[in-house]
Amino acid sequence: MAEAQRTIGDVVLKLENISLSFGGVKALSEISFDVREHEVRAIIGPNGAGKSSMLNVINGVYHPQQGTITHLGKVRRDMDTHDAAAHGIARTFQNIALFRGMSVLDNIMTGRNLKMKATFIEQAIWVGRARREELENRRYVEEVIDFLEIQHIRKTPVGRLPYGLQKRVELARALAAEPTLLLLDEPMAGMNVEEKQDMCRFVLDVNEQYGTTIVLIEHDMGVVMDISDRVVVLDYGKKIADGTPDDVRNNRAVIDAYLGVAH
Amino acid sequence: MEERLDTFPRLLLHHAKVRPGHPATREKDLGIWQTWTWAQVTAEVRALACGLAAQGFERGMHLAIIGDNRPRLYWAMAAAQALGGIPVPMYQDAPAAEFVYVLNDAEIAFAIVEDQEQVDKLLEAQPQVATLAHIYYDDERGLRNYEDVMSYTRLQELGREFDRAHPDFFDVEIAKGEAEDTAIMLYTSGTTGKPKGVCQTHDALIAAARGGIEFDRLTADESILSYLPMAWVGDNLFSYAQALVAGFTINCPESGDTVMTDLREIGPTYYFAPPRVFENLLTQVMIRMEDASALKRSLFRHFTAVARRCGAEILDGKAVALADRVQYALGDLLIYGPLRNVLGMSRVRVAYTAGAAIGPDLFRFYRSIGVNLKQLYGSTETCAYVCLQPDGGVKFDTVGTPAPGVEVKIADSGEVLVRGKMLLKEYYKRPDATAESIDRDGYFHTGDAGFFDDSGHLKIIDRVKDVGKLASGAMFAPNYLENKLKFFPHIKEAVAFGHSRDRVCAFVNIDLGSVGNWAERRGMAYSGYTDLAAKPEVYALIRECVEQANAELATEPGLADSQIQRFLILHKELDPDDDELTRTRKVRRGFVAEKYGVLIDAMYGGKRSQHIETLVRFEDGRTNNVAADLRIEDATTYPPVTARKAA
Repeated sequence: MAEAQRTIGDVVLKLENISLSFGGVKALSEISFDVREHEVRAIIGPNGAGKSSMLNVINGVYHPQQGTITHLGKVRRDMDTHDAAAHGIARTFQNIALFRGMSVLDNIMTGRNLKMKATFIEQAIWVGRARREELENRRYVEEVIDFLEIQHIRKTPVGRLPYGLQKRVELARALAAEPTLLLLDEPMAGMNVEEKQDMCRFVLDVNEQYGTTIVLIEHDMGVVMDISDRVVVLDYGKKIADGTPDDVRNNRAVIDAYLGVAH
Repeated sequence: MEERLDTFPRLLLHHAKVRPGHPATREKDLGIWQTWTWAQVTAEVRALACGLAAQGFERGMHLAIIGDNRPRLYWAMAAAQALGGIPVPMYQDAPAAEFVYVLNDAEIAFAIVEDQEQVDKLLEAQPQVATLAHIYYDDERGLRNYEDVMSYTRLQELGREFDRAHPDFFDVEIAKGEAEDTAIMLYTSGTTGKPKGVCQTHDALIAAARGGIEFDRLTADESILSYLPMAWVGDNLFSYAQALVAGFTINCPESGDTVMTDLREIGPTYYFAPPRVFENLLTQVMIRMEDASALKRSLFRHFTAVARRCGAEILDGKAVALADRVQYALGDLLIYGPLRNVLGMSRVRVAYTAGAAIGPDLFRFYRSIGVNLKQLYGSTETCAYVCLQPDGGVKFDTVGTPAPGVEVKIADSGEVLVRGKMLLKEYYKRPDATAESIDRDGYFHTGDAGFFDDSGHLKIIDRVKDVGKLASGAMFAPNYLENKLKFFPHIKEAVAFGHSRDRVCAFVNIDLGSVGNWAERRGMAYSGYTDLAAKPEVYALIRECVEQANAELATEPGLADSQIQRFLILHKELDPDDDELTRTRKVRRGFVAEKYGVLIDAMYGGKRSQHIETLVRFEDGRTNNVAADLRIEDATTYPPVTARKAA
């Protein structure tokens, strides 16, 4: 059968010597790695290794005390969340951050926010630009709904959905922003085997169909090894390995970090 | 000259001419219902047929069609027929291994399938199917980098080019078609042995479709939801044959999960569903009613009681007391109307159920709220057209009177024999099986045991081969017993044993939705089916059902001996993936008896529990071992005389 022929491109995101601390706690120290266009890049590590902090640095929630971020050839001392979004970075959260009382459709529509130019007044009285934009954006959202196979819950309030589906809705909202770089914070945490398989398939489909570059955090090693092109391993805020899944799997430091070392 | 309307392609051209702007097919895509008129459908079919011809598809060849109900797959059926080919729809949820037999038997060279999932299965089967050379797919997602398969869109483009070069081709090919040609080949589910290809002619299907249309006065303005497997004869009759004969509109749901929403949006006028769909709908309503406010709940209770008392009679046009009529009218305003709307049945004029026995309470419920639900009887071999219940003559325990143009008689053995235009032409490449099932007088042997009641309605008891005898000599009709059990909402599946035994024992599958809800309301925690099924409280619940069934059996002549004396709740749900059920969800009795032999021995050996390990196969082909200690319980039985009191 034909294998996917994604061509991994140039470096789109480069992190150099990133250090982040909260008061006396060093969350990240001297971390450098890069992400290439169209690849699936995983960040793994045991609990408290600094994975989510890393992601938060990338999309500008946290500002590192040291280090530089180069995104699409532009060097930034620190990102800003709005800038990040405007430059095609979208993300999902470890603890789902959806509007629970709103329908799935409306939640995903919020992902299109930056694409809408109509003013508040125009939207309120539903004329001209507002109307046209709503239709165009709704169409895009429907394509995402179709892509992620959530048509059956289109009108369901998010709060009523099971966890696995909420995760999928969150992915949908991120996709609705047409990101070039998608950050997924533990997309498979708390899912059963079947839901994990579904989610893996969707992540790979997104990567293949839209060519989206994906950075994902996960602590289920099996999942990561199956779908990633390259893996960074963090432990206690330090990078301990970086390479293909096979390299990482056989890396002594990684095995020790995950299984503990006998002293 | 009168127009010949004796094949489906001719019917298609006819509608394109007579009602070109009338909606023929609808599908919900990206959240919006898209419509194709008869003229548009004809153009689509034309492009596809020409494309297939350009690729080498010839008269007499078989075209495999696999997928959910998609407009393009229905059009593929018409395209194959236009070329004098024979569509072979297959069950879309079967694994690749099950495809192999049918693909080889039907010498499939061309296949049109829905999506990547089906393409993958065909590619997996391909090494074992020498003839399979051309695979086309509808949904292009995930298939961009596949080699040696082609998209439906591309196939149609080729067809349009071919059509420009050979503008007469399509009409000439249709003109070559004869009514006696095989129109479709459907594989029987095969409760025994390998599946057999049932060849149905245009003539037979059109006769069956026309009979049904006249019987229920269907018109081109009907609208139906096409959501049942395309490989099943019922969908073929309703969504294809009848739609083409009457010219009405078929609506394809957005996905399998959205059927309920789509049903409400479309509001079909003519509706078909197997009993389990009606049951699921009702269960959902009941569960949601439990969560409603006290006022709504009491209104619901009051008016469903009114409906139970007089609803069915009002629907049948019988005499009903004025007070009840007033109450019913009020109930219609407050409860029945809104309920029909929620169920998507506001516009339903005629609804049918078939395929399995329907519980009397369930059946009465729908009729009582004003849904004209009726039963029919038929099989793949008879185009699902043998008996129909006429309006005003509906009974819950019969399948109705013989349909127009059908002769039905009962053999000495009790077997139901039928004759008429709608019978199969033959079993494909199986003259032996054809000769065995159609006798010299042209009667088809259905394999069902039944009899006519006093009013001329046919009543089906069981499969002839399943009807056995208990050691005492009394008749043992396992299906009849199982249906009795399955009518309880808590019981999803049952298998009864008793042939040449001294007593009847049964396996039970609980209904996870219904029992799960029951458990949740009692604050019982459970981790899954196996855990829930083993709970003593659940056993007690099921025992009540079994004993109630026994009490009923005690009152029925000749069936008192068939009361279920011991039962157990299986640790896993019977599943077509494990070969325990057919794809149409009928129990494979012999297979189950063999697989769970140790459990049967334990039941008859008087043991209180039995350890069992079973291999479970998932849909993707992986397997897993499930082990459990199953409890076996006794159920009270009732002597025939005191039965009434005990019940």
